[in-house]
Amino acid sequence: MHYQIVRYILGMVMKVEAVLLLLPFLAGLVYREPQAFSFLIMAIVSAVAAFAMTFKKPAKFVFYPREAIVSVSLSWILISIVGALPFVINGDIPSFTNALFETISGFTTTGASILEDVEALSHASLFWRSFTHWIGGMGVIVFMLAIVPMTGGYNAQLMRAESPGPTFGKLVPKVKESAKILYLIYFGMTLVQIVLLLIAKMPLFDALCMTFGSAGTGGFGVRNTSAADYTMLQQAILTIFMILFGVNFNAYYYLYLGKDKKQAFEMEEVRWYLIIIAISTMLIAVNVRSYFSSAFEAFHHAFFQVGSIITTTGYSTVDFDVWPTLSKGILVLLMFIGACAGSTGGGLKVSRVIILWKSVRQQVSQYLHPKSVSVIKVDSHTQEKSVVTGVLVYFALYAFLFVGSMFVLMLDGRQDLLTDFTAVTATFNNIGPGLAGVGPAKNFNALSVLSKYTLMFDMLAGRLELYPMLMLFVPSVWKKH
Amino acid sequence: MRVIVIGGGKVGQTIIRHLSTEGHDVAVIDTDSSVITDITDNYDVMGVVGNGASYSVQKEAGIEDANLVIAVTDSDELNLLCCLFARKAGGCNTIARVRNPLYSSEIRYIKEELGLSMTINPEYAAALEIARLIRVPSAIKIETFARGRVEMLQVVIPQNSVLDGCSLMNISSKVGVNVLVCAVERGGDVIIPNGQFVLRQGDTISIVADPSRQRHFFTKIGINYHRISNTLIIGGGTIAYYLAKELIAAHIDVKIIERDEHRCEELAELLPEAVVINADATDQDMLMEEGLDSCESFVTLTGIDEENIFLSLFAQQKNPNAKIITKTNKIAIDSIIGRLNLGSMIHPKDITAEYILRYVRAMQNTIGSNVETLYNIVEHKAEALEFNIQADAPVIGIPLSELKTRDDVLIACIFRSGKIIQPNGQSRIQEGDKVIVVTTKKGFGDIKDILA
Repeated sequence: MHYQIVRYILGMVMKVEAVLLLLPFLAGLVYREPQAFSFLIMAIVSAVAAFAMTFKKPAKFVFYPREAIVSVSLSWILISIVGALPFVINGDIPSFTNALFETISGFTTTGASILEDVEALSHASLFWRSFTHWIGGMGVIVFMLAIVPMTGGYNAQLMRAESPGPTFGKLVPKVKESAKILYLIYFGMTLVQIVLLLIAKMPLFDALCMTFGSAGTGGFGVRNTSAADYTMLQQAILTIFMILFGVNFNAYYYLYLGKDKKQAFEMEEVRWYLIIIAISTMLIAVNVRSYFSSAFEAFHHAFFQVGSIITTTGYSTVDFDVWPTLSKGILVLLMFIGACAGSTGGGLKVSRVIILWKSVRQQVSQYLHPKSVSVIKVDSHTQEKSVVTGVLVYFALYAFLFVGSMFVLMLDGRQDLLTDFTAVTATFNNIGPGLAGVGPAKNFNALSVLSKYTLMFDMLAGRLELYPMLMLFVPSVWKKH
Repeated sequence: MRVIVIGGGKVGQTIIRHLSTEGHDVAVIDTDSSVITDITDNYDVMGVVGNGASYSVQKEAGIEDANLVIAVTDSDELNLLCCLFARKAGGCNTIARVRNPLYSSEIRYIKEELGLSMTINPEYAAALEIARLIRVPSAIKIETFARGRVEMLQVVIPQNSVLDGCSLMNISSKVGVNVLVCAVERGGDVIIPNGQFVLRQGDTISIVADPSRQRHFFTKIGINYHRISNTLIIGGGTIAYYLAKELIAAHIDVKIIERDEHRCEELAELLPEAVVINADATDQDMLMEEGLDSCESFVTLTGIDEENIFLSLFAQQKNPNAKIITKTNKIAIDSIIGRLNLGSMIHPKDITAEYILRYVRAMQNTIGSNVETLYNIVEHKAEALEFNIQADAPVIGIPLSELKTRDDVLIACIFRSGKIIQPNGQSRIQEGDKVIVVTTKKGFGDIKDILA
């Protein structure tokens, strides 16, 4: 482990965060809130710390996968701690554990909250809470790669550690350019959503925060009722954009900037993603028809909830905890599937589910024809054996961590099994609300401190695709070269 | 510039390493996914797994926007096919590695018909390099600039030389020849020296000197300078064939020792002037019998690196005065090999990569910068660049002593209307000059980059 490199990269990330912390400060100034200054203080503190960390450049700028992976996971932990302190300083969330939970939930675009009363928060804090979604959605490191000049061939390893999906493909040869393109698309779509929400007469502050929440597929709202207070048109805009942000960004690249627009429609993952959304919406709409006055309304809310859950956003327009078991069951299944690889969403990712499904099919046919040879194809590309194995092992690890976390939560003895199960589901897949004790109308405050830290780990592990967080616990990683 | 490299072997990787650090957009195509993973892990490039001759694979690598395609797979035919398709699909420049002598003899026709910008034959390039080393003894390596009119020689300062302890300011008065020391390699570091720099024995220096006075210079500093009249080549492969042809043309006697009888017959037929011996070169008695201890130069060109290294060491022991040249394909740990006294090392793949990089850089220069050619010297640790001076260059008319250049830059040579000027403090650069600059900093694009 080259500690110098790690220190330098962490410093760079801190610099970026120092600048970002100025935004909630400005938002607070507009509302003339004293809480705003806590963000200014932290901005200055982290700027000073960042300059101290990057003052001395590492002697050698070579790094290997382990440095990249550790830098990424430590960056996420660091920005979460720094991002949590303003809440503690300004008294909006006095407990550090709670503030950290809220911030990690923000950066990992989970949207699970410990707040009883969201509306009691200052505008500055609300803004920061939602803004962490936006940053975390595409990734801090990706952001850093796009703006900070870093040369050397190892940037790809940094970006890979932060990018969701079973395989990592660059859009263009250079990492910096790839990162820029991603943020360009991200920024453009965010802007369009804000404008549309404003046209639909949503107040500016709500429009900004709700857009950050849906762009990063996070789920922090600014009202106690999440998205229920908004008009049907506003909710419909949110639904559409949540689903759009859950699409693999490569599709947008092909569509807007690529030479061959057809490629965008030939992506198997996106196709399945839309098919799953359509089928789930239909099933739930029929199932919950009796809860609403009209079929259209049932469809509207089913569509919103499906879009919100599969993209792992976690906004809600109704308390789906009171829905029939079938509907709740579908929603929980969607939580596991998650959005597309290369999007801002979490979960297992549709592409992994496709590969898992095809592996199962392959195995079954292997039993029928023991000597048969077959390959797994996605997008008519043969998937390397290593990719398929990678997905299978990922799934196994995912299951282990899931069961382990659930076990820790059960130690509390305060919640029922469904609450434990969905609390882990909702945080591990970066969704937000679960069912029962952590349902859309409830929050995570009642859990014990141990459970909260477990869920924080789950959120980070889920966002960074398990391995980077796991690496921190491998002793040999920390050995000096 | 957008470059697609087809084939991720040693040559491909060397090219990729240089191009990506120079800031080009590079995509690499290879059929082996583990090769692609390896490359994309180490360099900031895009990797595509597939057959480089397939249109859809080329399209995925971005053929439509590419400026250059370099095909360096193992197969000549695949390389040519890749280039042909790339040319049709993207209208870009193409470079192919073509090594089969059959094609090489028709290379002009192939180049024209397929619209290739450049072809490279690794064996032929290596042979030319070796031939040059044999023709100029004593110097470890020789580079030519300005289309062969300026030579840069790399020599090691021998023990008890007058240069040991001599500062660069006094060098001309001491040896009586006007020489310019452009770069000094000492203990693995490359230094661009200034006038106060003091040389030591064991330093490898790169010098520019008037060719007619070179002999005088070498004698003076204690290096034996005489023309080589015969050579002993071990291994009768393709490089040996090309080398023998070159040397015979330069009236140097050639003896080739080759293990395979059939190949010996072929060589005897192709090279009637050469003496071809069918024997195993690891047989020491045979080597002595064939004059190992009396030959003036000794070249090891077998396909096995270890054998080449040991034979060279043996030759060094038996015949310390001979010029020894060792070829290795895989083993390229220069820091260790440098200590073994193996004479000059030749890595055919590095030479191939270097030829291609030279073309790429020259091509890039037509897009915006003014570097005419670029040479890697002293094991890639320094570069010599040839600049065309345009009317608006900020260096025109200023005496060099007053020109504030970077510390790691040295103006080695000015080339004006067909004449070579060895620059001194009073020299001024004029419009239309070609200027050769030596530097350890990489990535210069314009003459103004040399200014501090």
